Amino acid sequence: MSASANLECPICGGEVTLGGDTLQGELIECSDCGTELEVTSIKPFAVAEAPQEEEDWGE
Amino acid sequence: MLINEFRARPEIDLVQMDDRELQFNLSDLSSDLDVVLNRSVSTSRAINAIRLFECMGVRCLNSHQASSTCSDKLLTSAVLQERGLPQPEVRVAFSEDAALSAMEKMGFPVVLKPAVGSWGRLLSKINDLDAARAILEHKRVLGTYQHAIIYIQKYIEKKGRDLRVIVVGDDCVAASYRTSEHWITNAARGGVSEKCEITSEIRDVALAASRAVAADMAGVDLFESDGEYLVNEINDTMEFKGCCAATGIDVPGRIVDLVVSRAAEIACA
Repeated sequence: MSASANLECPICGGEVTLGGDTLQGELIECSDCGTELEVTSIKPFAVAEAPQEEEDWGE
Repeated sequence: MLINEFRARPEIDLVQMDDRELQFNLSDLSSDLDVVLNRSVSTSRAINAIRLFECMGVRCLNSHQASSTCSDKLLTSAVLQERGLPQPEVRVAFSEDAALSAMEKMGFPVVLKPAVGSWGRLLSKINDLDAARAILEHKRVLGTYQHAIIYIQKYIEKKGRDLRVIVVGDDCVAASYRTSEHWITNAARGGVSEKCEITSEIRDVALAASRAVAADMAGVDLFESDGEYLVNEINDTMEFKGCCAATGIDVPGRIVDLVVSRAAEIACA
């Protein structure tokens, strides 16, 4: 398991904390601006704005 | 939950694939994968990718046939009808005039659903002809081509709840009530899950529905109506977080067991 890390939200610049057990592709929410972010890499940790929900998404 | 369950089993070599990064060369379709478990949120990408994995001889859960049927409410209803399984009354039309006529014959209220869609999005409960005209005009002006396929379901008074039944293989493993003050009770729309005891009636209809669409696993949504259970939808990449929390059942564990057993069947073949 990796160590946790603090990153900058790409939208508002707020601090985003990722735990050591974070998975690639996981979706998290920026606690400052509420934007949904996708964890695009875990080595090293990186986040980007998550894709917008599309009409065919679902179960 | 599912990824952690796979990782807890050292005998499994888990390869996570992001469908946005997949590429297929149709003149060179080969794979060393044993089983593909579809957990994509994108129905269109998943269905096409599964078809190509099947071209490679890879066993997919669920299969292209099952996923295609479940992802389309019209196809699901057609299969349920062919198998004589109970479902709310459904009518289908391909033009506004035909849809209005079908709704009047059915009697209001009705529910208009996109044939392909999920998480309770773009559902319309229509109480009268004026509302029907307005919704159909919005669909024509703002909707995509898919909205020209007009799927109309009789509104079922379900007392604020429906059932989500999780079927894995030949087992009905968990069931929960999804309760909401809103007529849409999907967990994705804020419905609250509570444990439901699996009666023989629930088991029978859920297993029959899953088998009808040839699913290896499914989330079967049921309505209670006049003492019987009606199949509302069958979900091929079902979500189960709410159901696990409500029932304490280890659904991810059961899914991984099924994946392992399907892989073993291939190894023995």
